[in-house]
Amino acid sequence: MIRSEKLTRRFGDVTALDQTDVSIREHAITVIMGGSGSGKTTLLRLLAALDIPTSGSVWFDGDDLAQVSSKRLYELRARMGMVFQYSALLNSLNVYDNVAFPLHEHTKLDESVIRTVVSMKLEQVGLRGFEHLMPSELSGGMAKRVAFARALAMDPEVVFFDEPTSGLDPISAGVVTTLIHDLTQKTKMTSIVVTHDVQAGLAIADHVILLWQGKVIAEGTADEIRQSTDERVSQFIEGRPDGPIPFSRSTTPYIDDLLHSSGGVNS
Amino acid sequence: MSGELVVTHNWFVRVVGKLGRNVLGIVSWLGDMASITTSSLALIFAPPWQGRHVVLQLYALGVGSFIIIAITGAFTGMVLSLQGYYTLAKFGSESLLGSAVALSIIRELGPVLGALMLVGRAGSSITAEIGIMRVTEQLDALQMMAVNPRARIILPRIVAITIATPLLVSMFDIIGLGAGYVVGVEMLGVNAGAFTGEMVAKILPEDLYAGWVKAVVFGFLVGSVCTYMGYRAVPTTEGVAKATTQAVVIGSVGILMMDYILTSFFL
Repeated sequence: MIRSEKLTRRFGDVTALDQTDVSIREHAITVIMGGSGSGKTTLLRLLAALDIPTSGSVWFDGDDLAQVSSKRLYELRARMGMVFQYSALLNSLNVYDNVAFPLHEHTKLDESVIRTVVSMKLEQVGLRGFEHLMPSELSGGMAKRVAFARALAMDPEVVFFDEPTSGLDPISAGVVTTLIHDLTQKTKMTSIVVTHDVQAGLAIADHVILLWQGKVIAEGTADEIRQSTDERVSQFIEGRPDGPIPFSRSTTPYIDDLLHSSGGVNS
Repeated sequence: MSGELVVTHNWFVRVVGKLGRNVLGIVSWLGDMASITTSSLALIFAPPWQGRHVVLQLYALGVGSFIIIAITGAFTGMVLSLQGYYTLAKFGSESLLGSAVALSIIRELGPVLGALMLVGRAGSSITAEIGIMRVTEQLDALQMMAVNPRARIILPRIVAITIATPLLVSMFDIIGLGAGYVVGVEMLGVNAGAFTGEMVAKILPEDLYAGWVKAVVFGFLVGSVCTYMGYRAVPTTEGVAKATTQAVVIGSVGILMMDYILTSFFL
């Protein structure tokens, strides 16, 4: 349903994503993992058409998201939902209006019907009764659940999650991962989760894609990843600070810097 | 880029090179701003109709700025009357005070000071608000919900402040003239009939039009600069702070430059 073809994204001289081919399983949870700077957020933003690739394609059914007109993109967006890292609730609207926002924008439904839908979505994330609160009055975990409810409002086929557990306490993180797992099964939606949280990611993943330096280094089920013999994969899974993925990111030999630099970096 | 290829210690080449880079930077900046402003304004004819959001912004930016405009207008009128009186008294022509105050306010000080206060009050809040929406991914969230942020966020703000500025400037003028009257007639003892008579006789419809045209142009300038700076803000706390400062500085300088150009047309 969604797949990328030779997807490349450069920011200036930095190649964030290099000729990446991934394909997302339908009605399942695909977890994209990798360290900071591995290109996982770049990949997610490209798959969601929030960014334009330097080269390559993102296929959403028959449409190449890198090429479609903005009108067609807005049509396709009705089939997508996204839960952002910092929830991205519209802070001028309360919880009810945030969840109802896509319905108000794109449907002509009666307010009573919208009210029912919002109640259902909030019930799914366990927050019915909090409709009147403003986003500033919510805890991080609650805001993320409201964002989840909002992403589900239009019954999307695909939902993107950007770091769903980052910044949450272990209990809230557990609640959110369980929600992703349960709702994907119940609603038969396709979930794409980007995370650096190895345990949570492996626990819910049907399919794992591991990125390093803008390239896919491993792909498979959670068990296949756990049993991988690739040194880079096991270093990441076990969280060892040094290994094939080096601890030091310095670009020049340390001894040269100490002996030859006369204060200026470019001298 | 060519500056890196040609390593030169010739100060003249360096200065010209730097000048060239800065000019190119300014030109591309202006081009980008023009492209965002026009592409947003073009959406005025595209459904969905943003009338409700224009009204909301008219209230927030227009009504919300009234107090500061009223205070500025009052003190401007008062000080003009006071200064004008002592200057005119030297030539024994205090009776001209009414027209002196009115012409200064209507043609020049009303639009310029009014617009400068608006950059500080409304413009900075536009930039900060849009910048924070960028940082907290609310602009991306709107995209994902198939709502074009240029239509929903930028367009209503530019339209609202372009409408609000001439209205607020008119109020600035009226309050300024009233305050000038109080100081001139009630406190300094200028003849009431002479003050109002001179004022009414010397102000022509052209003077009023000139003031309003300036106000509309300044309003549009403030709207497009401030929305653009917020939209393109670097998505960090520091980036939003910098964008807000720059928006106020560029807006204020832009108003003064545009004022000279417009005045030279109207004289």
